[in-house]
Amino acid sequence: MDNLIKGWEVVIGLEVHAQISTDTKLFSQSSTAFGSDPNTQVSFYDAAMPGMLPVLNEKAIDLAIKTGLGIKGTVNKISRFDRKNYFYPDLPSGYQISQLYHPIITDGVITIEQQDGTSKEIRVERIHVEQDAGKSVHDLSPDCSYVDLNRSGTPLMEIVSRPDMRSSYEAMQYVKKLRTILRYIGSSDCNMDQGNLRVDANISIHKPGTPFGNRVEIKNINSIKFLGQALDYEIERQIIAQEMGEEIHQETRLFDSAKCETRTMRSKENAEDYRYFPDPDLKPVILTDARIEKMKSEMPELPDEKMARFINDYRLTQSDAKVLTEEIETADCFERAVKASKNKPEDSAKLIANWIIVELFAILNKENKTLQEISFPIENIAELVDLILDKTINGKIAKTVFAEMTQNGKKPKEIINELGLVQIQDDKTIRDAIKNVIANSPQQVEQYKQGKEQLFGFFVGQTMKALQGKGNPELINKILKEEL
Amino acid sequence: MKQNLTISEVRKDLRNKEYTSYELTQYYLDQIKKSDLNAYITVCEDKALEAAKIADEKIANGEDRPLLGVPLAIKDLYCTKGIKTTAASKMLENFVPEYESTVTQNLLDDGAVFLGKTNMDEFAMGSANVTSYFGECYLPYRKKSAPDQKLVPGGSSGGSAAAVAADLCVSSTGSDTGGSIRQPAAFAGLVGIKPTYGLCSRWGMVAFASSLDQAGPIAKNVEDAAIMLKSMASYDEKDSTSEKVDIPDYTSFLGQSIKGLRIGIAKEYIQDLSEEQLKILEQTKNWLKDAGCEMVDISLKTTPYALPAYYIIAPAEASSNLARYDGVRYTHRAEHYNNIEELYINSRSEGFGEEVKRRILTGTYVLSAGYYDAYYNKALKIQKMIKDDFKNNAFSKVDLVLTLTTPSTAFAVEEIEHMSPVEIYLNDIFTVNANIAGLPAMSVPAALSKDGLPMGVQLIGNRFREGDIFKAAHVIEQSANFGELRRQILRG
Repeated sequence: MDNLIKGWEVVIGLEVHAQISTDTKLFSQSSTAFGSDPNTQVSFYDAAMPGMLPVLNEKAIDLAIKTGLGIKGTVNKISRFDRKNYFYPDLPSGYQISQLYHPIITDGVITIEQQDGTSKEIRVERIHVEQDAGKSVHDLSPDCSYVDLNRSGTPLMEIVSRPDMRSSYEAMQYVKKLRTILRYIGSSDCNMDQGNLRVDANISIHKPGTPFGNRVEIKNINSIKFLGQALDYEIERQIIAQEMGEEIHQETRLFDSAKCETRTMRSKENAEDYRYFPDPDLKPVILTDARIEKMKSEMPELPDEKMARFINDYRLTQSDAKVLTEEIETADCFERAVKASKNKPEDSAKLIANWIIVELFAILNKENKTLQEISFPIENIAELVDLILDKTINGKIAKTVFAEMTQNGKKPKEIINELGLVQIQDDKTIRDAIKNVIANSPQQVEQYKQGKEQLFGFFVGQTMKALQGKGNPELINKILKEEL
Repeated sequence: MKQNLTISEVRKDLRNKEYTSYELTQYYLDQIKKSDLNAYITVCEDKALEAAKIADEKIANGEDRPLLGVPLAIKDLYCTKGIKTTAASKMLENFVPEYESTVTQNLLDDGAVFLGKTNMDEFAMGSANVTSYFGECYLPYRKKSAPDQKLVPGGSSGGSAAAVAADLCVSSTGSDTGGSIRQPAAFAGLVGIKPTYGLCSRWGMVAFASSLDQAGPIAKNVEDAAIMLKSMASYDEKDSTSEKVDIPDYTSFLGQSIKGLRIGIAKEYIQDLSEEQLKILEQTKNWLKDAGCEMVDISLKTTPYALPAYYIIAPAEASSNLARYDGVRYTHRAEHYNNIEELYINSRSEGFGEEVKRRILTGTYVLSAGYYDAYYNKALKIQKMIKDDFKNNAFSKVDLVLTLTTPSTAFAVEEIEHMSPVEIYLNDIFTVNANIAGLPAMSVPAALSKDGLPMGVQLIGNRFREGDIFKAAHVIEQSANFGELRRQILRG
């Protein structure tokens, strides 16, 4: 696929910082809960009091291992923590503990879907585990800043891709897919509102066949939408600059989401020297085969595998399978419903998928709810589909039942009984109704007999109306043909 | 009150009701007040007396703990809950920790009474206790040749050494990154041991160089050192570099036969010794030989590289460890600043002394991009070589390595003023190797110099073989009859 813009090729690499889902911080026992009062989740260690030492949270390492397995990466049996030294008030110790020289995971891959539907592999160079900093608040007072250390020491994974993306679309797909994988594994909530997923984007442009251009880093982008906007802005800025004959300087830029533009934060000349060195307070992280095997045994089915299985076992289309597997909760709901159905999966699954994707999602969208917030058990959708399949109700009635079901949470059978919506299957009742329709429409019968076959629909509609929509459409068709 | 009491004497006397811990504590507090050695930065009179009173009640109730009611001096590097902890820096002039370091908690759990916090070189950086923000500190001794000159107690645990030597406490804690326990112990005629890296927890110790720092005692004799170390050492989950090992009763090694113990003399350690120093080493060898030890000549070729490696690794770690003293939270904060950059610069410029700044600059330099490989990485390689050298060329053949502790005896304040930083750094030449290799090492007094000052010899042991050191040190102590020698020099 040709991604060139005015002859320029865009090269993008991403560094994604995902908060690891642990209850406590990476090196202390403080809680990582979101939204507490400032500085209420701060231990002596988090505040870098004299003589305080880090003790590694092994849960964070387990989740990093799983993440590595989830992107088919190499889990390094020896990794090590290094200190990244810089001064900032929300970094109490004056250094961030990270893994520069020996990261825990190297060489993974994430498969994304390109705009034309084909798939592409984006290589992941490394995943390393590190601490988050605290938060500086500059807008509470005109003459002083405040520091909240609740975040200080929260475990993060930094997932660094190779410069394999060639458009903002691919970059967004990459983050979406990564997010899906992390959520499947349970290694990160990836809750963007809480800053649990932040992206630094490296971007450059060049003419194909020439070396990569100078790269610009856009820091701290906190949503997939903003990532797309920031990259689009930056691509245009760089192309315009190049076409005007200006040089692109290696620099760090910030994305201003309000103005939808990027601007210079610091140039390469002012780049900090972080004086990385191995943290002498921590021993190397040495992983046994048994531990890695245990993590393997705990791995869930991953999105790509699940999608393939949905297509294969449930005969779903690729696009339906993709939608259903994007969030593990959706996939689980779908499978629960399929299991609850009395019909064979090959008969019910497609219908269930359809009801979830079309009808249920429409309601969730309208009411701005998530799947977890629906007020009825997902098994009710299976019951509804079963009622359709055994012809108790027809598709039209089913929509009425569905609407009722989402409002009051009652089971479909109850609704049908209460509202008397059971499909009329009785030959005589239908035939009587048809006879009536024919008797009352001599003109149309005449025209139909003269060859105006489109009028067949008119008779079906009239019959259905007479039966208050409850007639079995197939029977109506059959008997109408006989009677006409 | 009896003078120069040791821990076992105090324990016996307290049980026999010769005096109470309260009386003993009061005695030391009075002595400290009378002293002009500046051995203490903080004296915690009320807390000490209160603790002594509680100890007396416990003794009356028949409780028996290793240090119950024993008044100790604590190096001001250990965070002590509710007691100001300064690391002898203006930076921490008003810092009162809300937590107790593991080592001092262990001592408290064993019943110790803390008299106060002792003077030291600022952030443990120095070899003469002259970098302290709270002023110099002195030994209670003088040279015969220059009785007017005040002598430094060595460093960085100078205050602890001075306090024990001058009998301003029963025993004390020090800390040792490159020789900070052993050099002052040697200068003061005391016993000081830096145990194997990982034996004592570093939790709650103000960090200088994390990979080298170790806690240890400075004591009046080998037995006190054994009792103190047993109490201070513990496996600690809060320190990831703490080692889970059995901690024996070190006093059980005292008096054990050392017949057949192999003692290595490395030629690299004796090359530049004076006649007097060689004589003392020879005498020590003879004592050990008489006790049945076997002397083995060995060679540790990496010896000369330890000091340069040390002065790269230690400042590198220090430059990072001391970044937290930034003027933002609990430290000294400059009065005048216009922005965060100035807050940092002014607070740190005012809060740190010259030697600390020198080491931060050195450390920052050796870790900088472009210099990392040339300095820091090379120093780590040398560290590995030194470890291997000890393993392959010492402890494959011998149980202990015997050296002198220091290249000189205690020097005068006036002499220090004429020394360059590098000349002062050379004080660590015999001691840093044990830190670089993580090995246990003790200084034990062996003799008095012609000028009447204590001289110490050093025993370096294999990892977690402190027992071997205690065994041999006890023999040296008995042979040198140093207790009597110290009483002589104290009388002048």
